[in-house]
Amino acid sequence: MKSTANRSNTNLACEFIGIKSINPFWLASAPPTDKAYNVVRAFEAGWGGVVWKTLGEDPAPINVSSRYGVHYGQNRQVVGFNNIELITDRPFQVNLDEITQVKKDWPDRVIIVSLMVPCEEESWKKILPPVEATGADGIELNFGCPHGMPERGMGAAVGQVPEYIEMVTRWCKQYCSLPVIVKLTPNITDVRKPAEAAWRGGADAVSLINTINSITSVNLETMSPEPSVDGKGTHGGYCGSAVKPIALSMVSEIARNPETSSLPISGIGGVSNWRDAAEFISLGASNVQVCTAAMLYGFTIIDDLCDGLSDWMEKKGYKNISDFSRMAIPNTTDWKHLNMNYKRIAHINEDACIQCGRCFAACEDTSHQAILKTGDVDNRKYTVIDEECVGCNLCEITCPEPNAIVMKDIDTGEPHLSWLHHPENPYREEQ
Amino acid sequence: MTITHDIKSNRLLDVEIIDNFSDMNLPLTDKQVLVASERCLFCHDAPCIDACPTGINIPLFIRKINTGNAHGAAKEILSANVLGGSCARVCPTETLCEQACVRNSCEQAPVEIGRLQRYAVDHLDKELPYPFTRATESGKHVAIVGAGPAGLSCAHQLARNGHQVTIYEAANKSGGLNEYGIALYKLVDDYAQKEVDFVLEIGGIEIKYQQALGRDVSLNQLRENHDAVFIGIGMSDVNALNIPGEECVGVEDAVAYIRDLRQENSLANLPVGRRVIVIGAGMTAIDIAVQSKKLGAESVTIVYRRSMSAMGASIHEQELALKNGVKFICNAQPKQILGDDSGISKMEFNRTELNESGKLITTDEIISLECDVVFKAIGQKFEGSPLGTTDKPALDKRGRIAVNENYQTSVPDVFAGGDCINGKDLVVEAVDHGNKAALAIHQQLSSSTSPQQKQL
Repeated sequence: MKSTANRSNTNLACEFIGIKSINPFWLASAPPTDKAYNVVRAFEAGWGGVVWKTLGEDPAPINVSSRYGVHYGQNRQVVGFNNIELITDRPFQVNLDEITQVKKDWPDRVIIVSLMVPCEEESWKKILPPVEATGADGIELNFGCPHGMPERGMGAAVGQVPEYIEMVTRWCKQYCSLPVIVKLTPNITDVRKPAEAAWRGGADAVSLINTINSITSVNLETMSPEPSVDGKGTHGGYCGSAVKPIALSMVSEIARNPETSSLPISGIGGVSNWRDAAEFISLGASNVQVCTAAMLYGFTIIDDLCDGLSDWMEKKGYKNISDFSRMAIPNTTDWKHLNMNYKRIAHINEDACIQCGRCFAACEDTSHQAILKTGDVDNRKYTVIDEECVGCNLCEITCPEPNAIVMKDIDTGEPHLSWLHHPENPYREEQ
Repeated sequence: MTITHDIKSNRLLDVEIIDNFSDMNLPLTDKQVLVASERCLFCHDAPCIDACPTGINIPLFIRKINTGNAHGAAKEILSANVLGGSCARVCPTETLCEQACVRNSCEQAPVEIGRLQRYAVDHLDKELPYPFTRATESGKHVAIVGAGPAGLSCAHQLARNGHQVTIYEAANKSGGLNEYGIALYKLVDDYAQKEVDFVLEIGGIEIKYQQALGRDVSLNQLRENHDAVFIGIGMSDVNALNIPGEECVGVEDAVAYIRDLRQENSLANLPVGRRVIVIGAGMTAIDIAVQSKKLGAESVTIVYRRSMSAMGASIHEQELALKNGVKFICNAQPKQILGDDSGISKMEFNRTELNESGKLITTDEIISLECDVVFKAIGQKFEGSPLGTTDKPALDKRGRIAVNENYQTSVPDVFAGGDCINGKDLVVEAVDHGNKAALAIHQQLSSSTSPQQKQL
């Protein structure tokens, strides 16, 4: 464990639903937390906790060979990948024994046990006591797994029906004294509904998002979706950096929803670095769970997660995670409340411009024809036509140079005016 | 005066020489290609396209490489420049496309356009149909003199447009400077011939060998028997030093030596001087210097009358020479070569300097260098006599064939391009001339009116 996690002025240690953790970084329930060997390596590297890979009833399921499919970026960087693995394929008792031992050896680290059994009271009633006996800190109900298990009436098949969520959560609270985290699936229309159901059922917290239904690619030689299992494929759960924007939005919706605003959230979905973690926390998460980044780079990324977050907090004057938790929520609103009188326009910094013309192509072909091209073959010059620029940010986004295009606020001198009160809104509310 | 005449073969072992003359730039691996192609920004109105004499759509072919469509990338390159494979290897990209790359501005490192182009052309899928088709037979027949880069590109374009082409080539092989002039380590594995084969695959092109203009066939004969003529005969003469001792044994023409080297199957057989002096400052000077070193010369010194920065050879080329152990002496004007029928012993130079008005003047200071071989690489010149005596194309002020913007000479049905007209003397430029002349010839042959000569 590196000392960087505990500086004099900042403290990454935090408490989540009564569970103390040395930092806000847990490994999500997934292959990295399938057995003691991996979990011990994670703790040695400095992870604050793990959610043990989902346990179920014996006999344990059998996994197929060929399990992950990838979505690559241009330069083979992994934008996202998916998996078709099921819950743990090891016997229940083996997992219990290992959890017991690891928790005994690592008392300051969090172990949450993920669970998934059929949607029957007896099944839950039976599995909870032995899990509680391991000394684990809590349980997480896997209502999110989108592949394989739903075909057997579990995972996302439960998570997509709010009434089931409420019912199972209630059983868990009834038959077990451990804190209960309900893990939500993003494969629904409105994530607030299952969160409300969990709340009604007495959940201590929700965690989200689980993976997203996906086919990462099709092998055009064999015409099989990837990952291909003997020439056939099935949809898997998509994860990694690509899903972060979806996860951030869903986390914020639960945090903003008056019905669930006091429900603690463990943020999951493409957390790859300290900055992602800070963003999740600012939008409502109390801690974060990481999986894909660790699967791509190994457990040592925890050093940057802790170090980066700690340094950033130090600079910002935040002493604890809770100091900036939910700070972006007041700024997250509905479109109708946005200021229609706000104006920003692009400015091209000629000294930093490398004359690639990407901004011009983007604006001219696909936006507002607000960039003027002048100069000659040896000195191309691109300038923004202020009057035409709507401040869409596209040129800034396409520009390969970080400081060549900056968006500048324009003082219109106009007061805040939302669509609700806009004169052109036929249904405007009078102020 | 002691004349050592230390010129001999087998200065190095065969294996050493084979290693020395292996491919100078290794091809990019698939993984390197992924990284290199990803750096291309797909610029709008890309500067690299402007910088390429043949106007290859570089961002588009690189994007195609990046998406795994190397065959499409190759088609993109070859449709603009049918010799895109050799250009990828021999172009001074550091002064052309890669110099213009916007990645130079912040990262001081351009996209490796030349090497990516090589990758693309090398990955043209031979299992797919030949990427070019011929238009319907036009019934017109064009004579091309010289099967070098200009002639080959002109022939290919004309063939694509449905015309019949006969190429009259003085040598035994086609390819021109790609076969006889380019440094071997830049174009290995008989690449020039493979490329010619690809050009000819279009059909409609016949090459007649050992047909030198003015010797075996006259321009007037060609004009009589064809609907148009394109001349791409390069430069057959070399500039002289015009100093005492130039006629001595051991004073060699660099171009002729390189031609012999390119055709030699066993390089160790080539006679190599122990101490070599190269006079000149262009690509040929660098090539002969580096190749002499690679053949085992003990010392090779390039001597130039002006400063290093005034050299025609790019900094990239100069570095290549330095890396191979070639020495440079600048500001030295050849004065005389000391020797006789049995060989040479030393060469003397006058130290030069720039006077107040910036003019190069010689001083009395003498620099003396011992040597066994002196290579002259001070430029080639066009030899006009093959054009004949009557109805021959006019020459320009530099003594090369004069052409208008359509590469048409003063004789309306005769066109010219490549090194025999004024230009930068680059392979890629010759290809451009051939392309554009072919377009003009095609337009002339397609129009019903008789050829009208444009104002020169």
